[in-house]
Amino acid sequence: MTFALASKSILRTARRSLPRTQFQLSSAYARLLSTLALLEQRDGKLNGSSLSTITAAQKLGGSITAFVAGSGVKSTAAAEVAKVKGLDKVIAIDNDAYEKGLPENFAPLLVENIKKEGFTHVIGCHSAFGKNLLPRVAALLDVQPISDITAIESEDTFVRPIYAGNAICTVQSTDPVKIITLRGTSFQPSPIEDASTPVVDGVDPKVEPLTQWVSENLTKSDRPDLGSAKRVVSGGRGLKSKEEFDRVMTPLADSLGAAIGASRAAVDSGFADNSLQVGQTGKNVAPDLYLAVGISGAIQHLAGMKDSKVIAAINKDPDAPIFHIADVGLVGDLFEKVPELTKELESKA
Amino acid sequence: MSGGLRILVPVKRVIDFALKPRINKTQTGVETAGVKHSMNPFDELSVEEAVRLRERKGPLKVSDILAISAGPAKCTDTLRTAMAMGADRAFHVDVPESEGQLEPLTVAKMLQKIVKDEDTNLVILGKQAIDGDDGQTGQMLAGLLNWSQVTQASEVVIKDDSGLVEVTREVDGGVETLQAKLPMVITTDLRLNEPRYATLPNIVKAKKKPLVKKTLSELGIENNKKLKTLKVTEPPARQGGGKVDDVPSLVSKLKELGAL
Repeated sequence: MTFALASKSILRTARRSLPRTQFQLSSAYARLLSTLALLEQRDGKLNGSSLSTITAAQKLGGSITAFVAGSGVKSTAAAEVAKVKGLDKVIAIDNDAYEKGLPENFAPLLVENIKKEGFTHVIGCHSAFGKNLLPRVAALLDVQPISDITAIESEDTFVRPIYAGNAICTVQSTDPVKIITLRGTSFQPSPIEDASTPVVDGVDPKVEPLTQWVSENLTKSDRPDLGSAKRVVSGGRGLKSKEEFDRVMTPLADSLGAAIGASRAAVDSGFADNSLQVGQTGKNVAPDLYLAVGISGAIQHLAGMKDSKVIAAINKDPDAPIFHIADVGLVGDLFEKVPELTKELESKA
Repeated sequence: MSGGLRILVPVKRVIDFALKPRINKTQTGVETAGVKHSMNPFDELSVEEAVRLRERKGPLKVSDILAISAGPAKCTDTLRTAMAMGADRAFHVDVPESEGQLEPLTVAKMLQKIVKDEDTNLVILGKQAIDGDDGQTGQMLAGLLNWSQVTQASEVVIKDDSGLVEVTREVDGGVETLQAKLPMVITTDLRLNEPRYATLPNIVKAKKKPLVKKTLSELGIENNKKLKTLKVTEPPARQGGGKVDDVPSLVSKLKELGAL
């Protein structure tokens, strides 16, 4: 009798009415949640933009482990990541076999480390490296990955653009491990500070890669990186030739300290290198200023730049779709207007 | 490598690339009824590359080009197009519209089964479908098969008759070249080739080429959905800010907007 009374005590009832179950659940999740943030490096040099995976991991809550693999990374890229605040540890795999990021051996490497540590989330960038690698990892774990996310709503719910950014899809994953690539322009990279996170060894299954790396040909440039530049000037078919593209766009970019981008039409016509393509199938950019020169504004192009803060356009066709989204547009011959603009910018600099 | 190249080319029927998709009223997806569909542009590149490998008469002869598509009945149109471009035969895996689209993992498992059944040694896929924009299927298939994978290919060269293949791929900042032995999975990037148009005689011929209907259950594949679409919405609309008349006004407007 006393027992029954006690169980109905006012205190107990009051406590029960608190939304504590929900609260406990989410804190329990946060405790169990552990994220692997995949970082990119080349020749020991950390790819700074891949630090956005740590930012995303912080949004999820829970513990964060950074992961980097390649030739001698322990004393180079891993040591640098270790300075980022808020990390549990950095797993570094020192092995030349992972230097080129070949997915045939890098995927089993990740899988072994994911299994050993029981990560609930794995986040990489939607870069050439991440896109190539993480779906393979997911398949090995029998998981449906989530590509190119732009926001995190909760530990299992993510937002991503589909149809070239013409629709925004919110998806909930039912997989025990979430394998995610993120859109770099949606998450700021974590700053490198003065923390001293422990750098530890991971498991190295030493799977022989099935593929041999032969060579590479990277465009060398002193310009800011297209994906992370504050200002981007982009040229389209209107530039007419590679010579004109270089003659008109280079000084304009110089006057703004901007990266140079291009539309698919310009790339296909050989005016600019493939790696400069902005759009659904090229790079996504979201600079403070995007200046579109001689670009009509096809949906595939808009997909890659419409999150820019300010969009300006110079085009001779007043009906070009680019003007529908440009914050400021100038109708005119680009061969006249761009040099004039360049001059004006230089004189004020 | 005896028997030459037996190529599998998965193709997807998607809303035509030039159309702006509309979100449906219930915010569960994109309106597809009565909308023009075409072959996913990256898949056209895959078919074209397979046909060119045959035409190039390189060290390895192409003995078979099999196109496959999973989805509702209309996918057969897409497969006929692939055959009109030069594929030898096609499989249509019938997935009723009501079941929705297959997730890339399911597609990869389905393709894995077909690869085994058909003794395929080269799979050429598009790097991404322009509707879901996932860019996953090729890599997942390569993982399941434990085959070499080269994604975002801009050049494919069969080096010798042992099945050594050299592929140049587009990466951030440029290109890289890789070599691997068959069997392998390649995904195509835009610069790989320029797909041909199907000519009328070839369209007529394609009607006589074998198109076999299959079902997922026949292949032992379940249409599992691991992702739940909670909602599909319009992206935030961007309003044009109007036009200016000359360069000085352009500069002052940019300053006003804080961009300079």
